[in-house]
Amino acid sequence: MSHSQSNSAAVSVQVRGLRRSYNGQEVLKGLDFEVKPGEIFVIMGPSGSGKSVLLKHIIGLEIPDAGEILINDESIQSPGVMEKHRMAMVFQSGALLNSLTVGENVGLYLSEHQLLAPADIGRVVSEKLEVVGLKGTEDKMPNELSGGMKKRVAIARALVVEPQLILYDEPTSELDPLSAVVIGEEILKLKDRVHVTTIVVSHDRDLAFGVADRIAVINDGRIVSIGTPEEIKHISDPLIRKFLTADFKRPDSR
Amino acid sequence: MVLLFWRTLLALPLAWRQREKVYDQLFEIGNASLLMVCILSFFIGGVIALQTGPVLVERGLTSAVGGLVGISIAKELAPVMMSILIAGRIGSAMAAEIGSMRVYQEIDALRTMNINPIHYLVLPRITAIALAVPLLVIFSILAGWLGGAAVSAANGRIDIAFQAFFQNLREIVGLREVANGVFKSFCFALVVGVVSCHQGLITIGGPRGIGRSVTKAVVNSIVLIVILDYALTRLLLK
Repeated sequence: MSHSQSNSAAVSVQVRGLRRSYNGQEVLKGLDFEVKPGEIFVIMGPSGSGKSVLLKHIIGLEIPDAGEILINDESIQSPGVMEKHRMAMVFQSGALLNSLTVGENVGLYLSEHQLLAPADIGRVVSEKLEVVGLKGTEDKMPNELSGGMKKRVAIARALVVEPQLILYDEPTSELDPLSAVVIGEEILKLKDRVHVTTIVVSHDRDLAFGVADRIAVINDGRIVSIGTPEEIKHISDPLIRKFLTADFKRPDSR
Repeated sequence: MVLLFWRTLLALPLAWRQREKVYDQLFEIGNASLLMVCILSFFIGGVIALQTGPVLVERGLTSAVGGLVGISIAKELAPVMMSILIAGRIGSAMAAEIGSMRVYQEIDALRTMNINPIHYLVLPRITAIALAVPLLVIFSILAGWLGGAAVSAANGRIDIAFQAFFQNLREIVGLREVANGVFKSFCFALVVGVVSCHQGLITIGGPRGIGRSVTKAVVNSIVLIVILDYALTRLLLK
């Protein structure tokens, strides 16, 4: 595409000693991990364990109290590093701009940075919406879409950036199982098609084991374990076992 | 708030790029406020004439009615009352819209796309309000004068003809007085725009947080308008 930049290779991400407190309460307690270029890295953990906060730090929306995040070995705090690499985030809620149509939302990055002529933006928007199975929805408003459709539009909006790193915050939350499978497939397709580095934050076990190259389990602001899905499945740590095997039991069941 | 104003000033050269959003906001402000501004101003002018006219006429100061109504509308009531009205109507809407965008992560989404929220959200709104309010105040002054003249002509205790009212008004109120009021309204518009956008951008929490931001935007705007009014009046006093 004409707006593509020469640097399109997937990036590596290193998180070193990341700490962050809010109102005296430490949410991230010294996180260390590395994501390899082109990898799908899933961060799992219970609600409130600091997963979403971690993502916000990686994309530069939050500044850590201590530690650093490196993209291709360069700190994101260094001037120009965030601008040098194309990154996108798919928010839990989709975070579509409610005052704009679906088409305007998807093409926002291109129109605001004046990267393409309006006609070309329309073509790119159609292409990206087709990728996520929503062709022809350009003129709809976000409030006319279901939760699953909003997330797919958010993915299309992220694709327009042609990201080297894409972050997903709870991509399957509030979705029915079928929509969740569609989103999981989209994440896998994207990796195959554009070789993007992917970090997914989720507590959806099916999604994590379905798409991940590696999984990190986080609890109470700390990494408990990192490994391939097979390695994580066979870890004997009681906390991980409990998280992976938790199931609803009826009070009268034996 | 001062930092936001400064950053918006620095971004001013980009206003042309955001012109479509400025037009949208101008239409929003004008369309929402023009009729109300004219109706309110007409009756405010009428009330001033009704309150002061009989007293002045009884003391033989008939020729002062037009001037008094004219100058109080142009220099004080139109800019202050209309700016307070705009704070309630437009400032609250700005704080609510930006506040809900903040709460529902739309502003975070903009930042992840390297879109500066000040350029995208604040600049068009402040530019539009700074252009629209002085224009609305010109309409307000004219409507206020008309209201004063209509009441002066219709009320038996005042009984000043339309033409005599305006002739008297012209003797006291010149372009300088009108410019004085319009300049004040421009300053008040900046206050409403900056306070409301700032409150929107610092919104935290859910719907209750948005409600709090809206209230703060309106109350803080009104307080600052009244304080600034005193300062500007002292400054612009001949």
